[in-house]
Amino acid sequence: MKVGIQGIGLLAAGLEGWCASRAVLAGTEPFGPVAVPDPEAALLPSNERRRSSDCVRWALHVAQEAIAQSGLDPREVSTVFASSGGETGVLDTLCRTLAMPERVVSPTLFHQSVHNTASGYWGIATTCQQSSTALSCYDDSFAAGLLESITFVCVEQRPVLLVAYDLAVPAPLSEARPITTGFAAALLLAPPSDSSLATMQLRLDEAHQDEPTGLVDPALEQVRQNNPAARSLPLLSAIAAGRSQSIRLSLLDSQQLVLDLDPCRN
Amino acid sequence: MLPNVQPMTPLTLTASTLVTATGRGLGPVLQALRERRSGLKPCDFEDVTLKTYIGRIEGLEDFSLGNELERFDCRNNRLAWLGLQQDGFMVAVAEAKQRYGAHRVAVVMGTSTSGILETEHAYQARDLAGSLPAWYTSRYRYTHNMFSLGHFVRACLGLRGPAMVVSTACSSSAKVFATADRLLRAGLCDAAIVGGVDSLCLTTLYGFSALQLLSASPCRPCDEDRDGLSLGEAAGFALLEPSTYVSRRGAVALLGYGESTDGYHMSHPHPEGAGAIRAIRDALDRAGLQPSDIDYVNLHGTATRVNDAVEDKAVSSIFGRTTPCSSTKGWTGHTLGAAGITEALISVLCLKHGFLPGTLNCERIDPTLRSWILRANDVRPVRRILSNIFGFGGNNCSLILGTLQ
Repeated sequence: MKVGIQGIGLLAAGLEGWCASRAVLAGTEPFGPVAVPDPEAALLPSNERRRSSDCVRWALHVAQEAIAQSGLDPREVSTVFASSGGETGVLDTLCRTLAMPERVVSPTLFHQSVHNTASGYWGIATTCQQSSTALSCYDDSFAAGLLESITFVCVEQRPVLLVAYDLAVPAPLSEARPITTGFAAALLLAPPSDSSLATMQLRLDEAHQDEPTGLVDPALEQVRQNNPAARSLPLLSAIAAGRSQSIRLSLLDSQQLVLDLDPCRN
Repeated sequence: MLPNVQPMTPLTLTASTLVTATGRGLGPVLQALRERRSGLKPCDFEDVTLKTYIGRIEGLEDFSLGNELERFDCRNNRLAWLGLQQDGFMVAVAEAKQRYGAHRVAVVMGTSTSGILETEHAYQARDLAGSLPAWYTSRYRYTHNMFSLGHFVRACLGLRGPAMVVSTACSSSAKVFATADRLLRAGLCDAAIVGGVDSLCLTTLYGFSALQLLSASPCRPCDEDRDGLSLGEAAGFALLEPSTYVSRRGAVALLGYGESTDGYHMSHPHPEGAGAIRAIRDALDRAGLQPSDIDYVNLHGTATRVNDAVEDKAVSSIFGRTTPCSSTKGWTGHTLGAAGITEALISVLCLKHGFLPGTLNCERIDPTLRSWILRANDVRPVRRILSNIFGFGGNNCSLILGTLQ
């Protein structure tokens, strides 16, 4: 199964945007994480933007960056949103409210608590009516999102926008899930074409023949291990460096996703 | 213009199982449908004082998961476990595992709130410093995290193939059929366990109450005086195999599906049902069928004012008034992320037993609805059924199930 990568979006501390981060990811500039300003997510109408959660703004921001690079009309593109815990900030507020005697839940907060909130807001912002999935596979949510996206592209022969995101989990929920830094990445995947930034071939392998691919830079490797969405870093780093590389992502305890990456030098 | 959907190879439902407030297992669920016996009762969940009816599954409070499953113990996974024990499902999965190998069987589950009830309890049990109790923090991964259900089902069944949890609010466990079809067609597995589990929690009870969408009486889909939904809980599972492997005349199969979004609003459907129409049309195209080929439509039919009106617009624009339609939420309540599998498996019962459930609690059909709404049960041969599920975030999925000819 082979797909082309038509656009990339990225947002994390020290990685503000795909184009701005390529040299860092390729290893030619040092990685220096600084706090990320609230993402613009310019696509959102201002009234929706005001009400939106951090997750929504991060997810839509990278989605918009990837789709702009592809030149595709967002209304023609299906989406897959992959996140381990989804709206953890909203869930924290909800559970605090539900622990109080009155339990007065805000209706807006409630409809923002679903795992497909970012998917819904993307639809509102773009008026896209194509299929959209939101999924989770704990630490392997990015790999599961890739699996869903690549099978969709290959079976339907249509483009898919994959958006992977997990934000820092607020206290006290962070005691249960210590994700300390936000990370969002988007990949526009489509049948390979002349305009592909790179192509990749996917296969499933038994686990533990080789370790999942890591990163050379210890600070970046720490980010990869801390945030499920940052499991996308080895792939992004290979694309940025223009390397032909086989990237192994773990998929649960039993399998690995092997991505044979082929950079397109055009 | 990008291509439309292509016809699919039917996927046989080799085995299935369902637990709802009306019964444990497909037999009791069928009996309740035939006897028109609802599972909805006045809300008695924990200390909730909301004036509403719920489809609570009795007994979930009375046992816990032990031994190697102890870390997964929470209401949602207890319900999943209860579902897996019914209808000889575990045996059928063991046989499939024997046939294909544990690595070649995928697990695709749907849920909207997973084990959030554990987190709600943990927040109530915070200490003076605001920290969560240790019994909770070490088990978050296995209980509340969105993948917990997939992890649990995979562990129970001893499967080692690809797995994920789809969580798109109410459409979650309808969309699992689509994801499983893609994994099968891509050759990444030979069979798939699809299903969904959602269980009662404070988040959905107080959340739907805040949206003023809960009825104070048992929900009345399509009734002119309908005033909201009733929440329920359910667990359902099906073993899917390509009909090219296991083709049997009369076997029930997934013939088509359609997925779409409204691109309109988080909690209001598109006023013209544009997303719903797209999902239904794609399902028909994938099944290679015309609207006239469909013998019955199982409506999403939540009994909110808006859902039933908009769904009727969409359904009647495609089927006119010639195809019988009904909602079965008067029996089960709205089981949210489990609604897709619940209503798919109710559709399987209709196909196998040649009967249609009339909309329970619908006393006077809303005269503004243009579809043919069934009020009474009907006995007749049924070959193909469309099941609609629409959810928050404007996320829609329609399934077509039928008997292989």
